[in-house]
Amino acid sequence: MSVISEVLRSAKAVISGMKTTISQIPKEKWTVQYPDVPVTVQPRYRGQHLLHVDEMGKEKCVACYLCAAACPSDCIYIEAEDDPRPYEDRIGRDERYAKVYNIDYGRCIFCGYCVEACPKDAITHGYNFELSVYNRADLLKTKDDLLITKQKQSDKYRVALSSEDVDSEFKEV
Amino acid sequence: MMDESLDSQMTISMGPQHPSTHGVLRLELVLDGEVVVKAKPDIGYLHTGMEKLFEYKKYQQGIVITDRMDYLNPLGNNLAYVMAAEKLLQIEIPPRAQIIRVLMCELQRIASHMVWLGTHALDIGAMSPFFFCFRQREKILNLIEAASGGRMTPSYFRIGGLMMDLPAGFERRVKQFLEDFPAAMDQFETLVSGNTIWQSRTKEIGYISKEDAIDWGLTGPCLRGSGVELDLRRHNPYTGYETYDFEIPVENDGDVWARFRVRMRELYESAKIVRQALERLKPGPTKADAPKVVLPDRDDMRKHMDSLIHHFLIVAEGFNVPEGEVYMPIEASKGELGVYMKSNGGPKPERVHFRGPSFVNLSALPDMSEGELIADVVAIIGSLDIVLGEIDR
Ligand code: SF4
Ligand code: SF4
Repeated sequence: MSVISEVLRSAKAVISGMKTTISQIPKEKWTVQYPDVPVTVQPRYRGQHLLHVDEMGKEKCVACYLCAAACPSDCIYIEAEDDPRPYEDRIGRDERYAKVYNIDYGRCIFCGYCVEACPKDAITHGYNFELSVYNRADLLKTKDDLLITKQKQSDKYRVALSSEDVDSEFKEV
Repeated sequence: MMDESLDSQMTISMGPQHPSTHGVLRLELVLDGEVVVKAKPDIGYLHTGMEKLFEYKKYQQGIVITDRMDYLNPLGNNLAYVMAAEKLLQIEIPPRAQIIRVLMCELQRIASHMVWLGTHALDIGAMSPFFFCFRQREKILNLIEAASGGRMTPSYFRIGGLMMDLPAGFERRVKQFLEDFPAAMDQFETLVSGNTIWQSRTKEIGYISKEDAIDWGLTGPCLRGSGVELDLRRHNPYTGYETYDFEIPVENDGDVWARFRVRMRELYESAKIVRQALERLKPGPTKADAPKVVLPDRDDMRKHMDSLIHHFLIVAEGFNVPEGEVYMPIEASKGELGVYMKSNGGPKPERVHFRGPSFVNLSALPDMSEGELIADVVAIIGSLDIVLGEIDR
């Protein structure tokens, strides 16, 4: 095969390749301009945890340690305390609550086992995913960061509607 | 003469930070001019002690570790691990869970091959296929995220079934993906396969004969590229693969191009299997009837005392797996992924060992690359489709 025909064939290959590439330009963009545009997360997305409260604002967690037992990376630390006061004065919904509830996000792998384990639906995954910090100690999140009443939700995500076309419609959280 | 040729030899270190070694692989190359005289892979930069870690985790906790081995094919790893445990426990998986497992694994195979194609093309110098491949992969990752909540670490399969049933509207989205996929494949065929430059960079390079491929223990597309028809989905079927209609692509040339063609053809076959799995999907349970092993449904757990007790016991103490040892091989996207699991009757495995396809396939690299040009080494590495997370473990 002569050099000239080789060059010609390569040029043809480049041109046909470029044609495909250029034909993509007017098409719909798939890239999301994060962080200017929020990313879409699916409803089951496993982000930073939320500790839930009941309708009266009482914490649902009863400090049963099941989440800590289920956790593969041993990153949940709980201290339980009994709270025999009447319901109105209590911190928790039941007579026992977690005085300390820490999750070490330096270790957490967002596997969802704690959520699966919790018999009281007290802990779920939220959608916050921007967890980087400048100081490693800040990765230890306490109840002040985790409680649903206190955790600040980022505006950098939108949750997709599960039953609709998840790539285009959103539900605001 | 002898001295002269020795003088002209040079040893260079390719990696561990070289982008085309697909992770932290270091290659020690002895070069004579541009020709590779000797190649020696040096691994271990990503060693994380996973196999030891399994011994300290309950059976169900081990699943999350498997995600992190071959991080391009986490569902395949999940499957191999849970099936090994299920074999020891001897539990039956309901049909719907089986079908969903096949469906998700084949989607994952497509996603894994998309990364392979994109990075392989990028290594050889084609930039745009990378973006087109990652767009397709993104669609699959969104599907996996919708089902499991994790994108690269799904842990979707559990011992005895699935973590959860598929979300509403999932089937429609998979159908949508399947409709768009052939057009994407056409694009790859014109961009990559039909390209003369691509063909001259891949044909007759990195040759390995049928006998050598068998001797080195190659599996998956690397073996089928050398003309051996071996696919565990057909020859040692699991999760009902024997009932699906698909072909096993085989090419006889044994070079980079042959391995490339095998994977390209596999993509069509995987799409075919996904389509069949979708058709078979009927409502039904997704968890096995084994109350001592499988977590009860959440509603059940709230209402019934015995379910709650089982829930507590499984989470807090795990379940005891009968004494014994098993080897469970599956056809992962890169080849035979085998799990050897030994139980001493307790809630934690005594030993878990993985036969990683990337690790074994990499061992054939010196054989393939000696005598080739240094520029072709990246093509050969790309054609092996290795993932360092699995090689080092
Ligand atoms: S998500 Fe997993 S690793 Fe993180 S706290 Fe829960 S159980 Fe532990
Ligand atoms: S979060 Fe749930 S599982 Fe964890 S201690 Fe509280 S009630 Fe128990």
